[in-house]
Amino acid sequence: MELLVASAVGAMTAAGIYLILRLRSFAVVLGMTMLTYAINAFLFASGRLVVHLPPILRDHSGTVPPDTYTDPLPQALVLTAIVISFGMTAVVVMMALGAFIEGGDDHINMPENDRIMPPLKTIDDSPAEDETA
Amino acid sequence: MSPALIAMLPFIGALLPGLLVRSGRSVAATACGTTTLVALLGLLLHSPAIMRGEVITARFDWLPMIQLNANFRIDGLALLFGILILGIGLLIITYARFYLSRKDPIGKFYTYLMLFQGAMIGIVLSDNILLLLIFWELTSLSSFLLIGYWRHLPAGRQGARMALAVTGSGGLAMIAGMLILGQIAGSYDISDILNAREAIQSSPHYTTALVLILIGAFTKSAQFPFHFWLPHAMAAPTPVSAYLHSATMVKAGLFLMARLWPVLAGTEQWFWIVATTGLVTMLLGAVIAAFKDDLKALLAFSTVSHLGLITMLLGFGTPEAAVAAVFHIINHATFKAALFMSAGIIDHETHTRSIARLGGLRRLMPITFAIGTIAALSMAGIPPLNGFLSKEMMLYEASHLEQARQGFMVVATIAALFSVGYSLRFIFHVFLGPQRDDYPHHPHDPGFGMWAGPALLAALVILIGLFPNTMAGWLVDASASAVTGEVQNSDIYLWHGVNAALIMSMIAIAGGALLLRLHSPLLAAWEAAPRPEAKTIFDALVLRLVRGGRALTDNLTNGSMPRALAAFTLATLFCGGLAWYTGEAGPVTRPMLPIEVVPFIGWLLAIIATGCMVFFHRIRVLALVLIGIVGLMVSAFFAYFSAPDLALTQISVEVVTVILLLLALNFLPKRTLTDTPSVRRGWDAFIATLAGLGFGGLTYAILRRDFAFPTISDYQLANSYKGGGGDNVVNVILVDFRGYDTFGEITVLGIAAIAIFALTQTLLQGRSSRRLRNWVHEQRRAGDRHPLMLVIATRVILPISLMVGIYIFLRGHNLPGGGFIAGLVVAIALLMQYMASGYAWAQDRQALPYHALIGAGVVAASVTGIGAWFNGLPFLTSAFGYFKLPFIEEFELATAMGFDLGVFLCVVGAVMLALNSLSRIARHAGETVNVKPMDIDLSDEQTREAQ
Repeated sequence: MELLVASAVGAMTAAGIYLILRLRSFAVVLGMTMLTYAINAFLFASGRLVVHLPPILRDHSGTVPPDTYTDPLPQALVLTAIVISFGMTAVVVMMALGAFIEGGDDHINMPENDRIMPPLKTIDDSPAEDETA
Repeated sequence: MSPALIAMLPFIGALLPGLLVRSGRSVAATACGTTTLVALLGLLLHSPAIMRGEVITARFDWLPMIQLNANFRIDGLALLFGILILGIGLLIITYARFYLSRKDPIGKFYTYLMLFQGAMIGIVLSDNILLLLIFWELTSLSSFLLIGYWRHLPAGRQGARMALAVTGSGGLAMIAGMLILGQIAGSYDISDILNAREAIQSSPHYTTALVLILIGAFTKSAQFPFHFWLPHAMAAPTPVSAYLHSATMVKAGLFLMARLWPVLAGTEQWFWIVATTGLVTMLLGAVIAAFKDDLKALLAFSTVSHLGLITMLLGFGTPEAAVAAVFHIINHATFKAALFMSAGIIDHETHTRSIARLGGLRRLMPITFAIGTIAALSMAGIPPLNGFLSKEMMLYEASHLEQARQGFMVVATIAALFSVGYSLRFIFHVFLGPQRDDYPHHPHDPGFGMWAGPALLAALVILIGLFPNTMAGWLVDASASAVTGEVQNSDIYLWHGVNAALIMSMIAIAGGALLLRLHSPLLAAWEAAPRPEAKTIFDALVLRLVRGGRALTDNLTNGSMPRALAAFTLATLFCGGLAWYTGEAGPVTRPMLPIEVVPFIGWLLAIIATGCMVFFHRIRVLALVLIGIVGLMVSAFFAYFSAPDLALTQISVEVVTVILLLLALNFLPKRTLTDTPSVRRGWDAFIATLAGLGFGGLTYAILRRDFAFPTISDYQLANSYKGGGGDNVVNVILVDFRGYDTFGEITVLGIAAIAIFALTQTLLQGRSSRRLRNWVHEQRRAGDRHPLMLVIATRVILPISLMVGIYIFLRGHNLPGGGFIAGLVVAIALLMQYMASGYAWAQDRQALPYHALIGAGVVAASVTGIGAWFNGLPFLTSAFGYFKLPFIEEFELATAMGFDLGVFLCVVGAVMLALNSLSRIARHAGETVNVKPMDIDLSDEQTREAQ
């Protein structure tokens, strides 16, 4: 079972990384969603795999014999992570959409013309440089 | 007055100028002066106790776990520096009121000045080296603001930047040194460190700590080779120069050396590093000062020279030398502040600081002449002024070193000679000589407000010179006792008889006079001689650093996102690989769980869907379907491995995410074009495979091993019911144990939703708005936009889904569920209405704005948290109880439920606001609004027919 989980996490990571290396925004959003799955599954798995022992208390004595419940802490962390990553996906989607509507294409790279920086000749902040900046 | 309050007062004073400056410059100045005066009086009230040898302390725990405590102490040394900082500060405040012109924003000036004063007072009163470091950095920052006060002048900006770069980097070294020192001593309190001399000096880390701390002190006190920033800081207004370079900023390094003198001094390393640096600085500063044309540059280099003198005395490591050092600190502060202020008056009245353009001011500015001459003679070391006394003491100490260190005597005499030379230049070339008629501005003495301060200091110069024991003896004794750690009773006399020091002094005076006589030919030779220009070297160094940094970042992130992300992925993989191969993993202890059929099918589905997703990702709608399958399998995975809460959350988030992406896809292209060559794709696939193998391998490695450390969850499992009143441990962790965390998370979620809303607002304006108005959809729309079946079904389902939401919310504390999941479920229920019946129809029936829901959620959570305060408990402490109402079985009420309600509201609000924003874009793009819930969309057909 461990092997299956690990391989699935690996496959989802690979898919996610491949997709975020694409040049169009939608593919990157898909890639990030895949990465989110992989990372959430990984974080959850750090509590180790346990079957049929959900962290819902069955007696109220307060003593916890070993191996009666799975580790609840990674679950709590992943739960908020899922919700937060929804928020993140939503913001990224809106940014992608905004860029597409505003600019007319969904490339994620900076246009070639904007990448050229003027060479740095001096660190003195002369007024001439202030104007260009 | 409590030492802590004295340290606080300047900071309080810093708030006043901004508030009062509208009432006039004098009001602002008076307010600052008053706070300074109150602090000074508070300090002086302690002096009788300190004379008796007591130490006044005030201790507050700030961050006790890292031993950072707000501990303050006043001993003799702190008293001396406190008087200098506050006393001269008071004079500077008065002087600046008259010096600055109406065009200068004076409120800002006083705020910076008071901040700086507070930081300095903080340094000298701190009894904890970590606290001291904070104030130390504050002086670097506030002096940056002060030096760059005239920010329209390039020289001011560059000088400020240089000062910050040099003193700031020195400060970093000092942080390291102080931490080592604290580790050796076992405490960060200065009181404890001062008692740990043996431990510190015998430690193998002593030299490292010493060198690092000295770098900090030397950069601040402008010691060679860091001396170059100080003259460039002269671009500041003169009051700033006078304050920073006579009494405060540059004395901070000296203060630190004096403060740690008992534990660091007395070793070979200390002597050679500190005394030699001091000696070199003293000579270098004096020689350069003798040839400077700018009045303030002359004073700046003379300051460098005198700082070197004091450093050297501290470096000697003998108690007598320490007494001389302390005495010279007082004397230097008095005559140098007076000199700076005189130079400022000359600049102010004649509009030039160039010595070549001055001369003959004696009759035009008699008061300034008198003040300047007294102070300059003191600087030269002419009896009976105070400078003479401490210079004699310095020469005496230098001539009484052991045999191997006799060289100090010679160099010190030469430095003193140059010192006499530049001091006499200040008098002869500025005030004496023939009166000229080509001053840029006709000079005359300034008003009383401007010369009062320097005159007071000049009077002190004479009085201390004539009656050293009465005037300054007490302060010297108190602070020297604090420096050396043993009681000092110094007797300072003007006349010692003829001894080595007196002969050296006479040589220096005679040589200085000769230097003045030969100044013109010597200056010509000096100008002709090649010498390194520190600013050029510094600028070249900084430029190289900036270029290097830019080359690195420009190559990593040149605007291509795949490039940056690939670099990031590879770097992460490299670090992970390095950690794996250098670290040690525990033994494989966990047996593998058996593979069962149903989970295996799930795995197969997930793998196939993932593979297909990558393969078909260009067909975007198909990719969404496939990603939905993966998400579904992830929720099944959570459900299978004992995480019902996660499964519920994942599946509901999945629904919402897919709807969101679908709505966005409405506007985006439906297909991704291939625009990378296959080589590039192969390379990307290689990186992706590496990452997948690495991450998968790591997961496997973790899964086969037991916890490396005992898990903290046992506590949560044991206390979930007893302390949090809930059986669902995950929920109790969220709303109780880690409630603060959750509180932050819902806030972030709310902010994300509001950011989306704001983005939408900007999209609905300007160019994108016009584009949207003329939007032509690629594909034909379905005519039946609100299908009858869907409308009916969703309306029937709505109450049921809301009921389910409420049920999940209520049971959350004890069974899988809770605010997050309930919020998502309710959001989906509402969403279905929007999808089925149309935006306008649904929006009409929805009274609450979603922003308000988010706000209400955060408020509900914080109110629940704050409620705990009223019971005297920390924020977010929860309480719960069990209640019995007739006809219903016993039920539980917990305050955590209020918190969970906040989570619920926030999630509903955030999800709805995000999707709502997308719908608004759609409407803006001309999507016709339905009036009735069920209608046929004819707009598309009509446009087609029209075409």
